[in-house]
Amino acid sequence: MKTAVVVFPGTNRERDAATALKAVTGTAAHMLWHGDSELPQGLDLVVLPGGFSYGDYLRCGAMAARSPIMSAIKQAAERGVKVLGICNGFQILCESGLLPGVLQHNVRPKFRCHTVNLRVETTNSSFTNLYAQGQVINVPIAHGEGNYFADAQTLSQLEGDDRVAFRYCTDAGDITVQANPNGALNNIAGILNAQRNVLGMMPHPENHIFAEQGCVDGKALFESILAA
Amino acid sequence: MLKARVIVTLKPSVLDPQGKAIEGALQHMGQGTASSIRQGKVFDIVLNHNDKAKAEAEVRTMCTELLANTLMENFTIQILD
Repeated sequence: MKTAVVVFPGTNRERDAATALKAVTGTAAHMLWHGDSELPQGLDLVVLPGGFSYGDYLRCGAMAARSPIMSAIKQAAERGVKVLGICNGFQILCESGLLPGVLQHNVRPKFRCHTVNLRVETTNSSFTNLYAQGQVINVPIAHGEGNYFADAQTLSQLEGDDRVAFRYCTDAGDITVQANPNGALNNIAGILNAQRNVLGMMPHPENHIFAEQGCVDGKALFESILAA
Repeated sequence: MLKARVIVTLKPSVLDPQGKAIEGALQHMGQGTASSIRQGKVFDIVLNHNDKAKAEAEVRTMCTELLANTLMENFTIQILD
């Protein structure tokens, strides 16, 4: 599988993403720069990793979403290339219009850095096909702006089309206000585009890959992409 | 040369945690009359021509394409001499 990781000025999780991809696919990911205007030929997956692209100037993800590489990524996504945006990558996908909605400041204005439980809401995607429906997985978060918001019509479309991939939940898999770290609507932690080949999520599955990280629940996400 | 000023504010329906925190700080400082604070942004833009109608249209495009995220923000444009 041919993969790439995009680096913007201020990205800081590119090595985490690249390490996870190498571990799962066995091949090193191409590292791409925000100023590139073309993607490598025959790419299967592009990852927009976490960090603080452009120092979160203007709005988180806003500047990165308008950088040259994003035009190429939009075209690739239309052709069916898979795109995974993690944390700042999710913010960039929303700002670029590849995913609907926006990530606002956490409802309590605090940077949240800890692990959370996520309930797998759909297995009907290239990113979640190896999980079980309703499975609870443990994945870290690290963000100040992860409060997912969309207008009522968009939200009902996401829910109705089975496009919510993950929700914040309790150990038992219950969707509660207490389990929601940032105030996201309907406890949404990750969503898919209509074609189901673009996933944006605030939590970091790439940081729960190896046993020494304390948990390997994130690995199946990357294995799902490989299996798709 | 024309100057434009763009003011971007969060929509009233959108929660503003930063504004809330600032409001709390003001109250701790004894400024109890500040009952609501909403934080926004101001952009001052200099345009290289003198056509006001054209300026208005250009700045509107700048707003919708970059300066504001209209899902959660409103913007107002002032064209100044």
